[in-house]
Amino acid sequence: MSNLFTYTIRIADSALILGQRMAEWCSNGPTLEEDIALSNISLDLFGQANGFYEYAAQINGEKSADELAFTRNEREFFNYQLVEQTNGNFGKTIVRNFLYDSFIFLFYTELANSSDERISALAAKSIKEVKYHLRHSKNWLIRLGDGTDESNKKVQDALEELWQYTGELFEMDTIDTELMKKNIAIDVSKLRPKWNEMIDSTLKTAKLNRPEDGYMASGGKKGIHTECLGFLLAEMQFLQRAYPNAKW
Amino acid sequence: MGENTIVWEVFIQSKNGLAHKHVGNVHATDKVMALENARDLYTRRNEGSCIWVVKAKDIVSSESEDSEAFFDPSNDKIYRHPTFYNMPDGAKHI
Amino acid sequence: MSDKIFQEKIDAEKKIEPKDWMPEGYRRHLVRQISQHAHSEIIGMQPEGNWITRAPSLRAKMILLAKVQDEAGHGLYLYSACETLGVTRDELIQQLHDGNAKYSSIFNYPALSWADMGAIGWLVDGAAIVNQVSLQRTSYGPYSRGMIKICKEESFHQRQGYEIMAEMAKGTPEQKEMAQDALNRFWWPSIMMFGPQDSDSPRTGNAMKWKIKRQTNDELRQSFIDKTVPQAEVIGLTIPDPELKWNEKRGHYDFGEMDWEEFWNVVNGHGPCNKQRLAHHKRAHDNGKWVRNASQAYAQKQEKILKS
Repeated sequence: MSNLFTYTIRIADSALILGQRMAEWCSNGPTLEEDIALSNISLDLFGQANGFYEYAAQINGEKSADELAFTRNEREFFNYQLVEQTNGNFGKTIVRNFLYDSFIFLFYTELANSSDERISALAAKSIKEVKYHLRHSKNWLIRLGDGTDESNKKVQDALEELWQYTGELFEMDTIDTELMKKNIAIDVSKLRPKWNEMIDSTLKTAKLNRPEDGYMASGGKKGIHTECLGFLLAEMQFLQRAYPNAKW
Repeated sequence: MGENTIVWEVFIQSKNGLAHKHVGNVHATDKVMALENARDLYTRRNEGSCIWVVKAKDIVSSESEDSEAFFDPSNDKIYRHPTFYNMPDGAKHI
Repeated sequence: MSDKIFQEKIDAEKKIEPKDWMPEGYRRHLVRQISQHAHSEIIGMQPEGNWITRAPSLRAKMILLAKVQDEAGHGLYLYSACETLGVTRDELIQQLHDGNAKYSSIFNYPALSWADMGAIGWLVDGAAIVNQVSLQRTSYGPYSRGMIKICKEESFHQRQGYEIMAEMAKGTPEQKEMAQDALNRFWWPSIMMFGPQDSDSPRTGNAMKWKIKRQTNDELRQSFIDKTVPQAEVIGLTIPDPELKWNEKRGHYDFGEMDWEEFWNVVNGHGPCNKQRLAHHKRAHDNGKWVRNASQAYAQKQEKILKS
């Protein structure tokens, strides 16, 4: 596996897994309007995943975009653990997405300068989408944080629960550093100060407290996941696995 | 939405330079949400370049029983239309 | 007097608008029909929503999600149209939860295989489109405008389903079997979507006179069957009706008798998924209550800040 392939597929995996989580909201939203909004986000994410998988398929040449999505095992998925976390209540979904949206917005903004033209173009297209996602999750976080006591508690609890998955977002490994030398990859560790600013200012407006940095989970980039990813994949990949020779 | 949330009427400008046109409504508790809900519902197929939302209760409408008094009096003012006027044969650009 | 003017307006093909005078029966009929239509869109999200997370390709996943999302949007357009008659969406949802409002019985059948996504799109949306195209000319302005918008957006829905069926019908033997099985299960419920036969449909009279409905149940059903039978032939699937036969003289297909006992059973709440669908809707609604409360509380706080 080339570094470029792995790098591309990591981006695609996070988009796909979060898209799948958001799709689970369909017909379960707190309002009809919100149901539609959540589906829109999901559709954007599937589109992003598809774009990066297609590029990955081209780099590697062994598996098609769909095969990459539907026939790899848990250990071969390289998404961040944050995005695989279950939806929980609407507040938990909003917190998870806000933490991720803030990060991925900064990420794509930098990645748009990548020396790899395909990656740069895919990132540039994605910026617009995640900018809207961030707007959506941020506005909801503020409403829920500064809504009722009940809603404040729910999102604060979710923050405490999910905070451990934010450390991983800024980790670098050899694939990152190798590709950085060619100006293909970006230095995610450098995104942290800006991310901190975004998080802190929104949490303040939302009347929420930033959790302490305690234990931080890690491993998504290496294919180490929390238990919930396996169930997600089992559901998502069922048809492709059950009928390996079929076209749909 | 629910529990007496506010109804907002939605107006979309489909292309820069055109007038905003009424497309329907959304429910939302605040104006930011109203705008986002309108965006998500009414511009899924590339229909928009600008959105207005306005609380439905703030719209003042004429009543149907007044429609004769309101609109019929303009029926006979045909001199307001350019076709009312006799132009000499051969006159152009007027 | 008003009744006479109203009917003259209807006969002259003029649209009735929210602020116009209308007979109470007309309003009641509209609220019932439009809300039933809206609830059908919303409950109809469930059988398909159930397969989004299992769709077999990225393309299929995106298409299905976009389609189910459209259904949410269409439900919303219809709730809006209904609200112009002086009923709030909350009241309509309440009626649904209380069992006082109905939705299309077709959604009380389970979606059991991926081929069902094909059958639902092709047959259920196909039947709905025949009905909705006709309703674009309905006499109530907001309903008619809603229908026009919905028809425009739904044009891809049926194609999406038919494409799935076509692909599966020419796929592996297992896929073809799934496709035929889905057709077998959804054919009769689909043609029953048009409601009882005209001879047993008590409300059709006024609805036709008021031009709320523009064609009768039987006319719409026939039109759907005539369109669909050749489509099944093209992809090599068999419609499960041994009596189905082209009638040269009528210029239509003759078809077999529908199982009306089953129809009324499902309408009256005894279908395979009636309880499940309603429970799902209630659960989502209840789970969202704290969110709705919070956003309302937030808006009130903001307003207070603005005023002070």
